[in-house]
Amino acid sequence: MIDLRVEFAGLVLKNPIITASGTFGFGLEFSSFGDLKRLGGIVVKGLSLKPREGNPMPRIAETPCGMLNAIGIQNPGVEAFLRDKLPLLPWRETAIIANMYACTVPEFGELADVLAGEEGVAALEVNVSCPNVSQGGSAFGQDPAQIAKVTDEVKKRAKGKPVIVKLSPNVTDIASCAQAAEDGGADAVSLINTLLGMAVDIRTRKPTLANVVGGLSGPAIKPVALRCVHQVCRKVSIPVIGIGGIVSAEDALEFILLGASAVQVGTANFLRPDQSFRIIDDLPRAMIKARSDSLDELRGSLKLP
Amino acid sequence: MVERNCREVKVREVRFLGTWDEPSDFVELTVENPGWESYKPGQFAMLRAKHWGLELPWGRPFSISRVDAESVTFFIQVVGRGTTRLARLRPEDVVIIWGPLGNGFSAPTKTPTLLLAGGMGIAPFRGYIENHPSPEFLHLLFAHRPSLDHYPFLAMSEKVRAEAIQERSSDDLPDIIARIEASMDEHADGLVLACGPTPFLRTVQAHALKKSIRAEISLEKTMACGVGACLGCVCKDGQGKHVQVCARGPVFAAADVQI
Repeated sequence: MIDLRVEFAGLVLKNPIITASGTFGFGLEFSSFGDLKRLGGIVVKGLSLKPREGNPMPRIAETPCGMLNAIGIQNPGVEAFLRDKLPLLPWRETAIIANMYACTVPEFGELADVLAGEEGVAALEVNVSCPNVSQGGSAFGQDPAQIAKVTDEVKKRAKGKPVIVKLSPNVTDIASCAQAAEDGGADAVSLINTLLGMAVDIRTRKPTLANVVGGLSGPAIKPVALRCVHQVCRKVSIPVIGIGGIVSAEDALEFILLGASAVQVGTANFLRPDQSFRIIDDLPRAMIKARSDSLDELRGSLKLP
Repeated sequence: MVERNCREVKVREVRFLGTWDEPSDFVELTVENPGWESYKPGQFAMLRAKHWGLELPWGRPFSISRVDAESVTFFIQVVGRGTTRLARLRPEDVVIIWGPLGNGFSAPTKTPTLLLAGGMGIAPFRGYIENHPSPEFLHLLFAHRPSLDHYPFLAMSEKVRAEAIQERSSDDLPDIIARIEASMDEHADGLVLACGPTPFLRTVQAHALKKSIRAEISLEKTMACGVGACLGCVCKDGQGKHVQVCARGPVFAAADVQI
């Protein structure tokens, strides 16, 4: 039996498959389709201090091998999450990672303070990369100095919990953003968030999304994600979580070969609601295909020319 | 709550009902029952053909038209990339189906109930009529544009009192609206259920609120997950808050939703 356990940044996961923020709700939406305890981790929908209504409709558009979204971090607020959702999640068995969204550095700190005090929260993921909000989000993520500052503030108030900084690909040099996160004290980085994109309806002559632009995700972005993870793995010494277009166990292994400690599965949860569970089931078979029975052996074993 | 699941099932039949210039074909797609023990008419399911590969990452939401021990039937109009491919399915092709999803229509016994269907909105009422404990209390009013043979109307009109009104041009609209409102008035002490295009639902909602008639309306939205997670299908509730049509609907009390 192949051991799928991974340990990094102070987290111990039973396998490297984590569901990505915004694509798996608060996990509970998917409990009819698989046992949530089987997941390596669940990153919950982005949380803000106060409830947010998000962007106007339409918010999503299907594109070839992908999709655009401009949800705008609609969420019930951190208090409602802690009161209504977290107690129902199997947090003793599966790492529940809180994705945090805020507009200012002090707000990020306050949010970290509230979440880190909760036993059921395994780690904090700092969203400095959402493309769908006018303030905060990728406004932070495009400036390495800001990334370092936010990371430092969150880390100071994280009560020792691992801090993961989620990076945007909508930058000139993602490796320097990762470096800034490491300098700010991040325990890990996760990448990539969505690529800024757009869709147009020729019948109405309008953008398909009310927000005009949105984030592109899905298999279409996997090559970009692989390139980014490769660059970041070569730059930083903290663990990297690979995200972007992963729909299969083979896709997950590609990121692990680059050096990723774990991966997040996002848009694939829409292919079918049990897809993340299927990827876990499939991992041992894919590892055999890669002629290995160890994730540690596979990790970072990419052969460069 | 009805137990839901995600399964791979085989297509049993794709029955072509008719074609129309705008947008296109009408088909009934019947697949193996994925092990649903029950459902509530008005609920929906997400469908995605296994052989689609990655080009179309989303399933497509369809109202469940009818269910029996062996099969589940959906009534589908071809409107885009997904429905075009679904209409081309053949028996034995495999589809991934997750459901039953969302909330269905109320089905009180011995309550005069008006079923208002606009075009494709007839889909959920087929199963509603078949499952209703007192069908003699049901009255179906069906507004349609293509001729009746495009729809599963005949099978339904054998079981309940049913009327159909055709919109041949937009000149017919005032009459149709008057018929809808008059029928609703006849059911002012009962229940009105509506499913159809948004302008049709707006007419029903406005009249229900004006006359304080108990009404439920079923909304349609583009969806990615169908289970309340992606927040791509929201509408505003009575208080103006965003709620997911897939999880909080698709059937809403008329006063509880802005359309």
